[in-house]
Amino acid sequence: MAEAQNIPAGSTTAGSIAVAAESTVATRMSAPPSFDVADFPVPHGREEEWRFTPLARLRGLHDGTAVASGEGVKVEVEAPEGVTVETVGRDDERLGKAGTPVDRVAAQAYSSFEKAGVITVAKEAVLTEPIRISVHGQGGVAFGHQVIELGAFAEAVVVLDHTGDAVLAANVDYVLGDGAKLTVVSVQDWDENAVHVAQHNALVGRDASFKSVVVTFGGDVVRIHPRVRYAAPGGEAELFGLYFTDAGQHQEHRLLVDHNTPHCKSNVAYKGALQGQDAHAVWIGDVLIQAAAEGTDTYELNRNLVLTDGARVDSVPNLEIETGEIAGAGHASATGRFDDEQLFYLMARGIPEAEARRLVVRGFFAELVQQIGLPDVQERLLAKIEAELEASV
Amino acid sequence: MATLEIHDLHVSVEAENGPREILKGVDLTIKQGETHAVMGPNGSGKSTLAYSLAGHPKYTVTGGTVTLDGEDVLEMSVDERARAGVFLAMQYPVEVPGVSVSNFLRTSATAVRGEAPKLRTWVKEVKSAMEQLQMDPAFAERNVNEGFSGGEKKRHEILQLELLKPKIAILDETDSGLDVDALRIVSEGVNRVRETGEVGTLLITHYTRILRYIKPDFVHVFANGRIVESGGAELADQLENEGYDKYVKGGASA
Repeated sequence: MAEAQNIPAGSTTAGSIAVAAESTVATRMSAPPSFDVADFPVPHGREEEWRFTPLARLRGLHDGTAVASGEGVKVEVEAPEGVTVETVGRDDERLGKAGTPVDRVAAQAYSSFEKAGVITVAKEAVLTEPIRISVHGQGGVAFGHQVIELGAFAEAVVVLDHTGDAVLAANVDYVLGDGAKLTVVSVQDWDENAVHVAQHNALVGRDASFKSVVVTFGGDVVRIHPRVRYAAPGGEAELFGLYFTDAGQHQEHRLLVDHNTPHCKSNVAYKGALQGQDAHAVWIGDVLIQAAAEGTDTYELNRNLVLTDGARVDSVPNLEIETGEIAGAGHASATGRFDDEQLFYLMARGIPEAEARRLVVRGFFAELVQQIGLPDVQERLLAKIEAELEASV
Repeated sequence: MATLEIHDLHVSVEAENGPREILKGVDLTIKQGETHAVMGPNGSGKSTLAYSLAGHPKYTVTGGTVTLDGEDVLEMSVDERARAGVFLAMQYPVEVPGVSVSNFLRTSATAVRGEAPKLRTWVKEVKSAMEQLQMDPAFAERNVNEGFSGGEKKRHEILQLELLKPKIAILDETDSGLDVDALRIVSEGVNRVRETGEVGTLLITHYTRILRYIKPDFVHVFANGRIVESGGAELADQLENEGYDKYVKGGASA
């Protein structure tokens, strides 16, 4: 029997655990974080943070040639009682509190937006309905900024939905007060030509829980950079991601969990399926446990399922530990092929090829989808996965 | 009565220096209710015969015919063969991560039977088949073959045999890697299916050990890509005493 080929040609599944006195996660970037785009040189593609990204397909977001056009994106917010929805100017002091742009496109977004959205959930408000933010691309170039702030002990679910066609650079700040619980689902369901680059910053308060679910299906180039910091001890962050990368698409998810505070937890799980020629998925998982962050408990995982020839995965987990006084730290990355032997086995039991493929992909995503905990989002995801598979057969 | 007829079957695999012929004219007819043991030394092509009948893409049929009740099996895709009633219990069953045994069995039974089995009777059916094979009920929630021991994999294959009720069952070295207890349990499972009289069994094995539990009607010696001698159960005793030496040396004329 032919052996299962677990690592598709041209893929990397490199990872590292470093025990260092000084962080290399920060020094690997080509410039220190800044809100000003002028502080970042125009990338040429060999920088650590850009080496996997096809710059030529960013439509000028990285070199200043992309200029906002009138019909960029249409943003609509649907919010239940107890939520304040505002559009504010650049000088609003609530902007940029959760994190600073770490690369040129994130800084370009911050330097270029005219109005920002601020959504506030009052302290102790427990929402029973999700806040829905719909970002619909109208074919133009847009820069944006969105803040979602939860007061102490507030609880909310936010669904951030991206559809249509756009060239969009937009950052999102999540600020969680003490004991707050926030679940955010960011769905990138773009049309095939869209380009979307975003940095998502979360600042997790004392004993607060942050759950991020990033779902990427569409677009030509999508690059999402979720980052988590803790404002005080006792915080928890769960970062889940799911992507389905089709022929020609570039989908990149870069994560940083910065354990800068003692007794915080993080759990990262991203899973992706790829199919078609030049489908390219990139996953960078950086976890930094600073010297002060005693009692940290962290785990990160990335799994990729390559369904056809011609797809490429780059999966790079990095765990950097500056203190030994931790509860746990680990990472795992694996890229597997849905191989001919699995297909043969299922078909030899009477199961037609298309159904065999569906069975395996559904099984691959099932556990992760269950962890989202939002039935309507779960159903929509499963339906979307089915549709992706239909398109492939 | 279902009949599988193999006539002058030639099969090649792609090797480094071009195609290599492994099956060199196999003739064999298996009727419903019969049990045929195919025995032979390692490398004689026994497993190639099994996988070729199931339609594995690695093997290219270069000549001959295989029919099931007159229908051309070689024209069928892998899943069509299974639905037509050909079942292969594999020597090395494949791990399918993310797919639970219970989901797999039900999907497979639905495909083979042409309709979804009624849930209530299905649950009972699976439960009693698993009990008879002495499988823990928790087994149903594990992923297909993932982390299974050798014995668990073989029991899982025979569980499928019992549930799918094929016309022709090909058992490829089902005895390999089993201790005596597991061999007995697995053999009893095969015998339950045989006793229905509705399955023709092709038992491929290197050793005579399993034939103490599963009594063949016919024994065929396989060497160098073809059947070189056929007889009754007594031929197995002869092989037990004399080994394959005379077939390996004498049979290399092709």
